[in-house]
This record gives sequence, C-alpha cells and structure tokens, in this order.
Amino acid sequence: MKKLWKIFSGGLVFENPLLVLMIGLCSSMAVTSTVSNGIGMGLSMTFVLLFSEIFVSAFRKIIPSSVRMPVFLIIIGGFTTIVDLVLKAYFPALSKSMGVFIPLIVVNCIIMGRVEAFSYKQSVLASIFDSFGMGLGYTWVLIGMSAFREILGNGTFLGIQVMPQSFQPILFFILPPGGFLIFGLFIAFNIWNKNRLTRKAEAKENA
Amino acid sequence: MDLMKIFIVSMLINNIILMRFIALCSYIGMTNDVGQSIGMGIAVTFVTVLATAATWPLYHFVLAPLHLEFLEIIIFILVVASLVQLVEFYLKKNVPGLYAAMGIYLPLITTNCAISAVVFENISLNYNFIQSIVYAIGVSLGYLLAMILLAGVRQRMETSPVPKFLRGTPILFISTSLIGIAFMGFAGLIK
Repeated sequence: MKKLWKIFSGGLVFENPLLVLMIGLCSSMAVTSTVSNGIGMGLSMTFVLLFSEIFVSAFRKIIPSSVRMPVFLIIIGGFTTIVDLVLKAYFPALSKSMGVFIPLIVVNCIIMGRVEAFSYKQSVLASIFDSFGMGLGYTWVLIGMSAFREILGNGTFLGIQVMPQSFQPILFFILPPGGFLIFGLFIAFNIWNKNRLTRKAEAKENA
Repeated sequence: MDLMKIFIVSMLINNIILMRFIALCSYIGMTNDVGQSIGMGIAVTFVTVLATAATWPLYHFVLAPLHLEFLEIIIFILVVASLVQLVEFYLKKNVPGLYAAMGIYLPLITTNCAISAVVFENISLNYNFIQSIVYAIGVSLGYLLAMILLAGVRQRMETSPVPKFLRGTPILFISTSLIGIAFMGFAGLIK
C-alpha cells in the first residue's frame, strides 16, 4: 500500500510530468487561457492515460517488444478518438476551443512516456495508481496556471467576474508569452516546494 | 499572393512554438547548442513536408470517399511513424552523409507534435494540396527559427548571472516569453 501511495504521490510533486519531467508541455500552455479549458484538457488526458496504461500493462506479456511502439500508438489513438468524439457530441464549445490539442493527445509525450517507462513493466494495479498520480499532477498544474491567467488576464474565473469592475485586465497573461512566463514561475515554485519537502524529510530522519 | 500570406502567417505571426506552444518538448530538450538545434530543425522540416505530401492525398482520395474520416487520428499517426522509419532506412542506405548528420534526430521526431499538428490542420483548415505544402514549409521553418533563437540565448546564458531561484528551466521559459513578445510585433505584417 505504501508503495502504491508513493507511486501516486510521485506524480503530484516529485515527478510531476509538467514541472519536473518536462513532458507534455505543448498542450499545457495552449489550453490554459481559460479555466474551463484547463479542466477539460486535464480530465481528457487523465482518461486516456488511465485506459492506455491499463491496457498496455494487461497485455504487456503478449506485446512483442520490437513492435511495441505501433501497438502503443494504436491503443492510445483508440482512446483519444473516444474522447474526441465524446467531447464533440456533448461539449461542442469546449471541443472547439481546444481544437487540435485533442488529437494531439495521441502524441502527448506524457502518455507515450508513462506507457513505455512504467506500465510496460509493471502490474495493472500499479499502473492505475501511476496514471492517477500523473493525470492529477498534470491537471492541478493546468488548473493552477489557467486560474492565474484567466483572473489576471480577463478578470474572470470559470467565466464569472471575480475582480472589481475598476480592474483593468492585463491582456499579456492571456497571450502566448504570458503562458510561458507563468509556466516558468510555476517551475520555480515547484523546485522551491520540492527542496522544502526534501529538507523536511531529512530533518525527520535526523531527529 | 495567397500562398505568400499562408507562408508568412504560419512562419512568423503564428509561429508554431512561440505563439501556439506546439512542439515544446523538443524545443526545450534539443536547444543545448546551436548546431544541434539546426540539425533538429532541418530534420523536422524534411519530415513535415513529406508527411504532408503523404497524408493529404490519403485523406482526400481514400478516407473521405469511403466516409472513414473518424479514422483520421489513427491512420495519420501510423503514416507519420512509418514514414519516419522509411526515411531512416533510405538515408542510411543511400545518403550516409546526411544520415550521419540527421540520424539521431529522426527517431525523436516520430512523436514530434509539430508534424502531427501540421498534418491534422491541413485537413481541418481545408487547404488544397499546394497550400498544404506551403503551410508545412512555413510552419517548419518557423520551428527552425525559434529553435536557433533559443539555442543562441542559451549559449549566452551559460555565462550570465541568473537569479538563483530561476536557474535551470524556469529562466528558459521566461526567455521564451520575451522572445514571444518580440514575435508579437510581426502581427502587424498582414492585415
């Protein structure tokens, strides 16, 4: 149980896919100009990751390693198609504003990376925990970034006005360069947080 | 004129990395020095154009008449992946000089988002064949340009005093943000 918890929590801070492993960056900045896009992308990604990891890990003994890449791509592509079609049918506005980033989940390095590095070698149960950790680690960063960008750049949160009327929105944060800036600061924050947690753990060991 | 517009917009105004955040993984990973970033940029340009030339006819002459548009994602990914593999075999056998220069980057670009984005967008933007090729060239040259710019900045940064809490990756993104602000000036080029 402790080991599973470690796999899960690793995805949130110490091995956060965006802030530490630096994979899957492409979508993270493009979709975070509004909070609803951030949530939608985070959940779509978690869904595809979860099912791809389960399938790969369940079939890991019968997938020959020489053709594993195409097999992974087909599994991931299948679940991405499901997400794409579901969003198109039930959330057309969301699907439109996320645009090309839904099909790009297929080549999102997070999924390919976790499937290759983790679930091809581990049991189904461990893969489920890993995908939840990684998926939620991805989602919290997206929601955090999009909250900053939407509040500062537009004065709203989930479309609801939160800043006083006199507040002049800082357009810069909605524009692409603002995304890079916020992301840089998020990484700096995560490095600080990681160091703090490590120091705390060391102090506990020494005491 | 129309083609020129597509080219300028896709290369500078909607720069794939700085304005649209696609292909960031390789942007951060492969810009340690200028030579490396040029190699990667050229490899991506080459494969993007080839992939466009392969997927556009496939969609319009095979998938669309058979009403199999929903298979777009899976088919295109397989085409790009196998195309990269074929190019690798071909270069290894017939153009060993180019292979030595480009070889290590080829496997890496199988999952490069720039290529996949271009092949999907050529379809969703309803471009004809010539426009698609021009779009592919524009996007990938924009990619090359952004790679070279960041690689140059990174080389200078090695010797600069960066504030401690921003050392490593945070400063890379902040520099990118500044390059991006500069690129926003291009938006006035086309009305």
